[in-house]
Amino acid sequence: MVNLRINNIDITVKDNMTILEAARQHNINIPTLCHYPDLHINSDCRICVVEIEGYKGLKTSCSTPVSEGMNISTNTPKILNARKTITELILSNHDATCTSCVRNMRCELQELAKNLGIDINRFENVLVKKEIDNHNPALIRNANRCIKCGRCIDVCKEVQGMHVLEIIGRGHEMEIAPAFGKYLSDESCTFCGQCANVCPVGAIIEKDNTNTVWEKLYDPNYHVMVQVAPAVRVSIGEEIGLKTGLISNGKLVSAIKRLGFNNVYDTDFTADLTIMEEGTELINRIKTGGVLPLMTSCCPGWINLAEQEYPEILPHISSCKSPQQMFGTLAKTYFAEKENIDPKDIYVVSIMPCTAKKYEATRKELRIDNENPDVDIVLTTRELGKMFRQMGIDFDKIDEVEFDDPFGISTGAAVLFGATGGVTEAALRTVYEILNNKPLEDLEFKSVRGMQGIKEASVKLGDLEVRVAVSHSLANARVLIEDVIAGTSPYAFIEIMACPGGCIGGGGQPYGTTNDVRLKRIASIYEVDGNMVYRKSHDNPSIKKLYKDYLIEPNSTKAHHLLHTKYSMRSGKA
Amino acid sequence: MIERIELTKRFDKIDPLSIKNYLDFGGYEVFKKALKMKQEDILNEIALSRITGRGGAGFPVSIKMKSFAKESGFKYVVCNADEGEPGNFKDRYLMEKDPHQIIEGILISAFSTGASKCFIYIRGEYAKAIGIMKNAIKQAYKTNHLGMNILGSNFSFEIEIRRGAGAYVCGEEFALIESIEGKPGRTRVKPPFPTQVGVFDKPTLINNVETFCNLPFILRIGGTEYSKIGNEYASGTKLISLTGNVKNKGLYEVPYGRTIREVIEVLGGGVNDNKKISMVQLGGACGAIIPESLLDMDIDNEKFNIFDSKMGAGAIIVMDESFDMFDIILKNMEFFQHETCGKCMPCREGHIQVLNLIKKFVRYSANEKDYLSLESLAQVIHETALCGLGQTSMTSIISTMKFFKEDYQQRIKESLFKEEYYG
Amino acid sequence: MILQKILESYPVSEDYLLEILIDVDKQKENHFISEEEITIISNHLGIKESHVCSVVSFYTLLSTTPRGKYIIQICKDVPCYLNDDFNVLKTVENELNIKVNDTTRNQKFTLEFTACIGCCDEAPAMRINDSTYTNLTREKVIKIINDYKEGKYD
Repeated sequence: MVNLRINNIDITVKDNMTILEAARQHNINIPTLCHYPDLHINSDCRICVVEIEGYKGLKTSCSTPVSEGMNISTNTPKILNARKTITELILSNHDATCTSCVRNMRCELQELAKNLGIDINRFENVLVKKEIDNHNPALIRNANRCIKCGRCIDVCKEVQGMHVLEIIGRGHEMEIAPAFGKYLSDESCTFCGQCANVCPVGAIIEKDNTNTVWEKLYDPNYHVMVQVAPAVRVSIGEEIGLKTGLISNGKLVSAIKRLGFNNVYDTDFTADLTIMEEGTELINRIKTGGVLPLMTSCCPGWINLAEQEYPEILPHISSCKSPQQMFGTLAKTYFAEKENIDPKDIYVVSIMPCTAKKYEATRKELRIDNENPDVDIVLTTRELGKMFRQMGIDFDKIDEVEFDDPFGISTGAAVLFGATGGVTEAALRTVYEILNNKPLEDLEFKSVRGMQGIKEASVKLGDLEVRVAVSHSLANARVLIEDVIAGTSPYAFIEIMACPGGCIGGGGQPYGTTNDVRLKRIASIYEVDGNMVYRKSHDNPSIKKLYKDYLIEPNSTKAHHLLHTKYSMRSGKA
Repeated sequence: MIERIELTKRFDKIDPLSIKNYLDFGGYEVFKKALKMKQEDILNEIALSRITGRGGAGFPVSIKMKSFAKESGFKYVVCNADEGEPGNFKDRYLMEKDPHQIIEGILISAFSTGASKCFIYIRGEYAKAIGIMKNAIKQAYKTNHLGMNILGSNFSFEIEIRRGAGAYVCGEEFALIESIEGKPGRTRVKPPFPTQVGVFDKPTLINNVETFCNLPFILRIGGTEYSKIGNEYASGTKLISLTGNVKNKGLYEVPYGRTIREVIEVLGGGVNDNKKISMVQLGGACGAIIPESLLDMDIDNEKFNIFDSKMGAGAIIVMDESFDMFDIILKNMEFFQHETCGKCMPCREGHIQVLNLIKKFVRYSANEKDYLSLESLAQVIHETALCGLGQTSMTSIISTMKFFKEDYQQRIKESLFKEEYYG
Repeated sequence: MILQKILESYPVSEDYLLEILIDVDKQKENHFISEEEITIISNHLGIKESHVCSVVSFYTLLSTTPRGKYIIQICKDVPCYLNDDFNVLKTVENELNIKVNDTTRNQKFTLEFTACIGCCDEAPAMRINDSTYTNLTREKVIKIINDYKEGKYD
């Protein structure tokens, strides 16, 4: 333990802590800008400087370890002047058109400037305007707003192992950009959006599709329906200023209804359907000696990685469309037929925790009759929050409403899709019962839960002891992928999610998604599962009915035609 | 006044391309002696010598070496030959004129600390020095002064040259390490320090070329004897790169304790055309600009602390009365604006603003507010920048605001006059 | 061809990236590193193009745009400035009829600034490719440039 004094308060903290950590632990706030939990300490912004008695100059609290007897001040006039000056400098090379920025009132730089009381900027604005990269359906990179804090690079490089973004150039001319300063779409970006999630300002943001949705909602020619992904119900609360990990089912449905959608459906329904299709695919591959391991296909970030960098892996990936796309397909076929609506008049909106889903929805392979997209437009959790704010919806005061039929009934297995390991757990619940022909006693596969990067489990299916593995974050995925390619993978089934924590940690989730936050959202996912009437996908009565009325049986010709797809190599570029 | 010319004694007397010449001159004898010494005895001699680093920061060499010696596993030595500070050329001379002296110094430091490999990082602009050092290393391998079981001992050691490619900041130790690893030269956060986690994350001892050159000297005459050269603040000799408006520009080896005036007047022969000295910049672009009245100060690292600066790597740039102080500062600031790596925000965003403000003084359009902004900005960059580049880049402004404040005030008055009469 | 030879002269290890890039830039007649070469180098070393780009764009001796056969670099730092009583830069600009950072139409010369090249005791100084020219006078500069123009060093 180390004894030290901060602002005349004596404190005792653990060895090896930084001054910043020690201060925060004792509720002494030191402002920061580049600092982000779970990422490298870059110590680039120098905002968190403090004075330490006996030390020359100012020291950054984020990088300086505590030592016995330190006497630290965090708020002297000298420190305040330094913080203000640095903030003015940053603002002098920043497109500070705040009111037209998506991060207005939610921007870490703006917040810092406000708290420091920056009223005038002594320095000339020296911003040299650069082209905005608006060339892909998922993300927008606006270098004019970038403050070069390096968070996006860290997350892209270290967490995702992608190395798409780098520092290009030197000194005042440097910018954070893909190789050759090109567009994200020219590089092997997976559009996972983790960069957008950690960006403190509006330099990398999701492509905002809210206006399109508003237009469609008020266009009488369209029947506008919406699906809500499992992970959104445990994160939307944060987006509108409520508790982290808050579970909102009924209120979420109610609020979305108020936006004007004709039907509000649950992607959980097609998650159950995915388990039926993918589970059957797994059983068939095991029984017929097909290509194993079977790898999940729900995550579009991972599919992008596979198509761009690992063409050899494609035969391993399940041919199932993702739950989002299965929903779109059913909406424009089954639902359209049932309700007698021309599929062209149906407009399918998705609320996803994900930016890569925006890209997935535009894929040529995922269209009805090669022209009508399964899903028309994708909004992130953050965009849904924006629509709520535009509408002035008071979440606290609205009633709870159920999802609409027929795509409203789902199971605990389906909601697990929101967390890493969830697809695996849901699949095992179903595959076990089908293959062993007896009920599963303990539904909960704890070994595939949690934030460990690569997890595995072993389960007896019939006569076979089958091993399964789960990874989240693309850097971890690469480990499993490379084993599969090398032929050394011992697994029959592998779940891969691009984002840390799975979809609850998606790139389209509320800002401030740290590992602590991920854990809370994950806990809520398991709470939802535990409270469900049905907890296994094959028990879902609506799914049974769907097969009976329409799809015949899992992996039937019709199911194949509607619910499955193909992947192809994309020569390294999206 | 040059009592001992040690580091430069072989200059122009030996062929730098010939190891035989160096050996005939008693070269590698000290290293052979060291091979028979106990490692801690060598370190003790170095401690007794009181030698400080010659690259500019002036840190006691023995403290660094002792803490490095304690580290275990594969360890690197790095010779910092990224001499980029304007006004300095001592390392170039040391490399071009007596390359084996450097290798001998590196060998001594490696043997005494248990290091296995050295990178000599030479700036890419020094093509000639790179060629000579490469040749010297080749010869040293051939004669078993490098390689396996050097000269029949148990000590094996390798040296490899890595080139810079035009980045002043790579003189900073962590930026240099990054550059050796083939990356952009952007510094790392300290701690840990290079002696703990350096090149390829292994413990690394980094010293300046001149520092290594002093080690054979120390062991030859003994640490105690060495410590008698110089004064109470600094021991040994210092290579001074004397430039600017002096008659005899050049490299001089001077014992610590001499005054700057002696160097300029006795060695440099005074100022050209009998003009007066108006300013002297010490150390290079990152150094203080002082008035003529302070020239009686000693050349050592300690006393310079009075203006928060150091003698740096030993440049003395003399400026006569025909030059405008603001033009000189502008040149310095243009240099740093070009060389800032961009990693930390005050340095990246600050220099362009400093440049804007200094330009106002150069163009006679500055006011009191500009002065205050400049003063505050210079102080903030100095105090908050991540590495030595930003921390020292403002020295010419901070020192002139101290010693030439009236020039700033005068310029502000003239600016006002210019505005009133010429609009 | 040049690139392949350079790649073969180093171990396949990413720390040799900068050495490789320096060699490519130096040995090519037009002294630059193309996008194609960046891709080849990154594949060879098993690193990302973005990393190679970040290195190339950091070091001022490296270029991503074609330059002349001879790169003339004029020192612009204080020690040279103090001794430059005839304006080295202007003299070279006049001789070549180009401005700084330009390349002559015949692709023979590119004119650049350089940071201090450590020749301050013989200031003013300039560099042409790997050769250093010091104690410059107007006449000397004109002669050096003419020698190059006439192909004395080709």
